[in-house]
Amino acid sequence: MIPVIQLSNISKTFGGVRALINIDFEVMPGEVHCLAGENGCGKSTLIKIISGVYTPDPGANFTLMGQEHKTLSPAQARRIGVGVIWQDHALFPEMSVAENIAIESFVGLKSKLVRHKNIKDVAQKVCERLGVSFDLDAQVKTLPIAQKQLIAICRVLVSDARIVFMDEPTASLTQSETKHLLDVVRTLTAENVAVVFVSHRLAEVLEIADRVTVLRDGKKVGVYDASEMTLAKLTEKMTGLTINPAVVGQNLTKNETVLEVKQISRTGEYKDISFSIARGEVVGITGLLGAGRTELALSLFGMTRPEQGQIYLDGKAVKFKSNLEAISSGVAYVSEDRLSLGLIQDQSIENNLISTVLDKTIVCGGLLSFKKKKAIVGHWIKELSVKLGSTSDAISTLSGGNQQKVAIAKWLATKPKLLILDAPTVGVDIGAREGIFKIVRDLASKGLSILLISDEVSEVYFNSNRVLHMSNGCIQKEYVPARCNISELEDAIYGKNI
Amino acid sequence: MTKTNRKKIKRYMEGEVAGLSIFLIVIVIAFSLASPKFLTGANLSSMAIQLPELGLLTLAMLIPILSGGLNLSITYTANMSGLALAWTLQAFGGPEAGVEAFILGCVLAFSVGALSGFVIGFVVAYTKAHPILVSLSMMILMRGIGEFMSHGKDITGFPQFVQNIGQGEIGGIPIPLLVFIACAIVWHIILSRTRQGFGTYMLGSNIMATAYSGISTKRNLIILYTLSGLMCSVAGIIMLSRFNSVRVGHGESFLLITVLACFLGAVNPFGGFGRVVPVVLALIILQVLTSGLNILGSNQHLSTALWGIFLIAVMVLRWAWWRFSIKIK
Repeated sequence: MIPVIQLSNISKTFGGVRALINIDFEVMPGEVHCLAGENGCGKSTLIKIISGVYTPDPGANFTLMGQEHKTLSPAQARRIGVGVIWQDHALFPEMSVAENIAIESFVGLKSKLVRHKNIKDVAQKVCERLGVSFDLDAQVKTLPIAQKQLIAICRVLVSDARIVFMDEPTASLTQSETKHLLDVVRTLTAENVAVVFVSHRLAEVLEIADRVTVLRDGKKVGVYDASEMTLAKLTEKMTGLTINPAVVGQNLTKNETVLEVKQISRTGEYKDISFSIARGEVVGITGLLGAGRTELALSLFGMTRPEQGQIYLDGKAVKFKSNLEAISSGVAYVSEDRLSLGLIQDQSIENNLISTVLDKTIVCGGLLSFKKKKAIVGHWIKELSVKLGSTSDAISTLSGGNQQKVAIAKWLATKPKLLILDAPTVGVDIGAREGIFKIVRDLASKGLSILLISDEVSEVYFNSNRVLHMSNGCIQKEYVPARCNISELEDAIYGKNI
Repeated sequence: MTKTNRKKIKRYMEGEVAGLSIFLIVIVIAFSLASPKFLTGANLSSMAIQLPELGLLTLAMLIPILSGGLNLSITYTANMSGLALAWTLQAFGGPEAGVEAFILGCVLAFSVGALSGFVIGFVVAYTKAHPILVSLSMMILMRGIGEFMSHGKDITGFPQFVQNIGQGEIGGIPIPLLVFIACAIVWHIILSRTRQGFGTYMLGSNIMATAYSGISTKRNLIILYTLSGLMCSVAGIIMLSRFNSVRVGHGESFLLITVLACFLGAVNPFGGFGRVVPVVLALIILQVLTSGLNILGSNQHLSTALWGIFLIAVMVLRWAWWRFSIKIK
């Protein structure tokens, strides 16, 4: 059999960062091939290269469907039969299901005119082929995420994809939805379509995959038959760690309470949330995407207001009208979305860092003092050991880990009582992640209270004194890592035996 | 020279300022070789008188552009401010009006400018409507009111001391130029050394991330458009005193030129980056081109066309330079 895709010697450098180093990758027809690795290992970069979005560094070889290609544009990749289902689905929310599915059949092909009559037929055919059904006239934005996922799959099949890439397709799905998705994947492989499944949820990977390619820090660790792999082995390959890290043992709930939340609710976001965080305590919140974690954090940060319930900070009831009030009361929020909310990517490192504490650089006469600015920036760069060229460089020139350090530093500079870290390791490579968590533990030991939000169960498990499991906007249960096993928590979140 | 000083100068000379300065020197040399009339006192002083009108309006445009917006109402706001001053002077006897009347008129003129800017800022901040649409509406509003109240005619007949402001000199330097220099310095300080300026740059790059950092973006937007409106008032008063008359349509053609002057001064058209010094250099370059071509006897319309060619050339050159700098990396 000829491989659908055969890549060799793929490297990609962004600025000074080597995202991929000499990767070889091969997928056979009808195979489910998993691309496994932690955040920032280069999985997404590899997909973007295969789909023509990125151009690899010189020296790369592509053989697609037995044909060699020098370069690849997205349109070319699509024509050859490479279909990608991006993490955000890239659907048109205002258009109907049928239009979204059929769009490929009338974009860029021979006919310059859209034949509305055909759209539904095309969509219907694909749905039948996959064994799924939709209301084809519904607007896509009204549908739940799992359905959008299926629509995205239908869309790539319209253009006769021979290989389908799915980037973290289960990140926001519940257990039964995941099951359904895996069934669809099996239908595809039965038709000899190859599926490349990108996920960091290992149980799933082992269940569905024929083979697994593991990436770590931009390098290929190896290709393995899924049947020969175990969870423990795969974890070891992905992280390169054999030792099991220790959990945070201390019980700090007897310390004075810094944050207390009593039965707060906000329609469509979260419901009846109560919990507290003591001084120096790290409380983790985990759960599927869309569980309401970030929405809850935004209310604690004053960006939105709970409709019911009460928030207490240091024992005093607070009602923040804006995040300015939350900040001045000592709440800091490191956003999950570093690219568009956490940092101002185009601006310099120093300007990002002092954006929260500009008042501290104002000297008499109301003018900004460059000297004070430099002192504050210098202090935090050193404190968190951020690696950089010059502080006047744009923050986008830094690696993910160093950007995150600046994002944390700009909030530490406000001397907060409560630090909310929302998905602090997204887009941070493994080596740097440990650095971030070291900072978290140091801060907690100095008495800072931290709310750690993450969908990586192991992150909250190994770094929190207590863990709250959130789903559908509610806190389901509290876990104490020192007194429970990580699999207990994972089972609660993903459901048993996927 | 201390080390930090040297570093500062080096940074200053880097990039846009150096490029613009070199270009300015080249065209000054070229024009003075081409015509002996170029480097004469008469020509220099006529340039010095013409520059401030466009200059002040460009400063009014600069801050909104840095915030990622635009203020299309600048020329009409300037003329409405001028009209406010003109009517006040006329109400107090036209040519016989006293200094008190002039001061009162200026206060009214500044109120008109500030109000115009405030309304734009307020609407942009709260409705999140696009600044182009909001300021376009303000432009139409200002023009409509102005034409309605002045019947589209020139208003003229002011006291002698008002003309002296527009046409007089202090220490050999025309007063409008002094006003422009003062305004440019104030703008430079606001942008580089104040909370307002810092916030303007930040929100120009990413308004949501700026809001998340705890900077009040609504307040900042309102203040920055109000500042823009105030600068329009300064321009309006200077235009009134220089022409000794006000008409709603004065300086209409300046509007888009101010945007281009900002662009030539290396202001990022999408906001977030740009400084006063290069913009001032850009203004001087445009003025030198106009005066130089004028002396060489070229048609005024032809020199406008040459501005267009020049600006397109700058765009292409910048792109080429950018490609080149990526390659050598």
